[in-house]
Amino acid sequence: MHSNLIPLDKLPVGRFGKVRKLTAEGISRRRMLDLGLIYDTTVEALLKSPVGDPTAYEIRGAVIALRAEEASKVLVESIP
Amino acid sequence: MGLTKQSTGAGTLKEMFRVETESPSDIVVSLAGNPNTGKSTVFNSLTGLNQHTGNWPGKTVTNAQGKFTHKNNKFILVDLPGTYSLLASSVEEEVARDFICFGNPHATVIVTDATCLERNLNLVLQIMEITNKVVVCVNLMDEAKRKRIKIDLEILSELLGVPVVGTSARCGDGLEELKDLIWKVSTGAINPTPRQIVYDDVIEKAIKKVEAYIKDLIGEQMNSKWLALRLIDGDVKLLDSIKDYLTIDLAGDDKLQELINCARSELEADGISLDDLRDRIVSSIVRTAEDISSKVVSFSDRLHNELDRKIDNILTSKIFGIPIMIALLGVIFWITIEGANIPSSLLAKGLFWIEGQLTVFFRWLGTPTWVHDALVLGVYRTLAWVVSVMLPPMAIFFPLFTFLEDSGYLPRVAFNLDHFFKKACAHGKQALTMCMGFGCNAAGVIACRIIDSPRERLIATITNNFVPCNGRFPTLIALSSIFIASAAGAFSSIAAVLSVLLAIILGIAITLSISKLLSKTILKGLPSSFTLELPPYRKPQVGKILVRSIFDRTLFVLGRAVTVAAPAGLVIWLMANITIGDVSILAHCAQFLDPFARLIGLDGYILIAFILGLPANEIVIPILIMGYMAKGSILELDSLAEMRDLFVANGWTWLTAVCMMLFSLNHWPCATTLLTIKKETQSIKWTFVSFLVPTITGIVVCFIVAQGARLLGLV
Repeated sequence: MHSNLIPLDKLPVGRFGKVRKLTAEGISRRRMLDLGLIYDTTVEALLKSPVGDPTAYEIRGAVIALRAEEASKVLVESIP
Repeated sequence: MGLTKQSTGAGTLKEMFRVETESPSDIVVSLAGNPNTGKSTVFNSLTGLNQHTGNWPGKTVTNAQGKFTHKNNKFILVDLPGTYSLLASSVEEEVARDFICFGNPHATVIVTDATCLERNLNLVLQIMEITNKVVVCVNLMDEAKRKRIKIDLEILSELLGVPVVGTSARCGDGLEELKDLIWKVSTGAINPTPRQIVYDDVIEKAIKKVEAYIKDLIGEQMNSKWLALRLIDGDVKLLDSIKDYLTIDLAGDDKLQELINCARSELEADGISLDDLRDRIVSSIVRTAEDISSKVVSFSDRLHNELDRKIDNILTSKIFGIPIMIALLGVIFWITIEGANIPSSLLAKGLFWIEGQLTVFFRWLGTPTWVHDALVLGVYRTLAWVVSVMLPPMAIFFPLFTFLEDSGYLPRVAFNLDHFFKKACAHGKQALTMCMGFGCNAAGVIACRIIDSPRERLIATITNNFVPCNGRFPTLIALSSIFIASAAGAFSSIAAVLSVLLAIILGIAITLSISKLLSKTILKGLPSSFTLELPPYRKPQVGKILVRSIFDRTLFVLGRAVTVAAPAGLVIWLMANITIGDVSILAHCAQFLDPFARLIGLDGYILIAFILGLPANEIVIPILIMGYMAKGSILELDSLAEMRDLFVANGWTWLTAVCMMLFSLNHWPCATTLLTIKKETQSIKWTFVSFLVPTITGIVVCFIVAQGARLLGLV
């Protein structure tokens, strides 16, 4: 079931993903946990900024923008 | 149970947290909550104008306090910084946690957003681990209703084990009930029994190992279970705080350290590393929040955020995002500059009428002429000048800006522009501090507080001066209209606008390159974690915006400006009026500076005008005119044509105008801004760096332009 893991920044806009793993460390990891990015959390890619980075995601009812570097450290399973 | 000691005297509170209690019977209440929950609206609605702001001792975090009375009791409300969590990964979180832990408030109100309750419960659950004296305020109930989100407050209260009240602070709904609950909880009429988070068995077991020993050490001063887990999790800052506030040195307690290590190795044996432990702690909290939320929140409209998404799709779109942003900011500047003209001249008239009356008064007193001149023509006139040119634009700009802030648009600006700031190793929110800088650099520097990582915040602080503020716009506009535009003939007004626009773009480009330079040199470091919340759009409240922006920003900045302008007025007057061998000190200084000034395309008088213009950029041109005309007090000319004639008579060319515009864009920050940088960074070193960086940039840029133009034979 973990075969189709993709980094969050590769999740196309309008698609949903379920968090499977965080590879971030230190403060950055803490920040992500505080956002509620724990195992099994559903995340939707909402919109990209005009230049294509950062991307805004809906995470537990809040809209949070993450830079690609950061988002790439969240591995999600794309759900249809 | 989260028991806190309620008996700490008012004296210690004042020393440790600057809480100003008037009598021991005053009830201290802290106000916590996530950012963007309308926490400050709740604060303002409860306290009215009865509030004052400062900093937390030794921190650059705002500490706002206010008072209100209810049922003949006096309450002091302490507004804690808005945070998502209390696990102390930022200064704001540390401040909020320390106050709840060690400030021993009689009650803590946690403001939550009804439209986004689940995320907010995270903080509620964490605070309930520390104290039981909690009131949960579910704010923005009106927004939730509009989005057809239903929240069962009774079940929420039951599940949390603490009193809950629904409010719409903007229209004052529910505030009386909130006050009542605060009163009941703080006096003990209600003794809440908050729901405690249940962690995984292995973690609970590890906690037990340490908890009993901690209880012996600190008694009922803190929740020992919570503290035990924090210590196992490796929260070193909490140990420091305990040492500071409770004078108990836990770090030096070998037995405790041994127990903690023992608990950790047992966890390790169960395959839980410290990183996993943190994951599991947070997961338990988040799951609990999720569970509670699923039982109390119901969405009858699945597409409740659809309108926000639609607006976002336009305001952050590839095609319209950036043009809309530029247009909006352009309109704000235009309204500010155009709108300020009339009140500015009225104010000037009024203040100069007072100057006349002062002169009459001094004559009547019979004081010597020089006393009159120094005080009235020196101190008063400078003061009047600064007030009349600064007050109207700020009184227009700040409310407009606060309007954008309140509506939720500003985070979208940061979102649109973050990419460019990432390239410069800076933070997207720096875009907002720059926008604020267009109004006033001092306010821009204060705005840097919204950037949560220290390195990026310093970059934003040091470079804020590269965007021209309201005080420098008139200089840029005047110079471009009389020198650059006049050469363009029929297109003169367009040329003037374009050259000012060019100056702004140049300022932004310099900001980005200097930011990059700084982060590659003295502020080396990787860009720290970037998360930016895009809160729901909200209808701004015009009345409150006016009050807040006038009091918090306009009068605050003006106050600082006035305190530097008065003594500076005296210095300017003395320099212009004390003569050594028939020539004023001012002229001597100008002559002395002249050779250097000419190297960078200016002349001695221009440079001295910039130096004496330190209190406020608005007075640079008046001082310059005073210098050229060899008059004893600052003055303005009636028309641009007159100004042009005067400048040309003093040897100006278009190059002088260009160099002066460049130097106006890139030179030391005004005294008000420097003072603010000093307050914000609490460091003389960084204040000095903030002085040096734009100054050196200005000298280098002007030198290249001036010498380049001369070499190419353009002048």
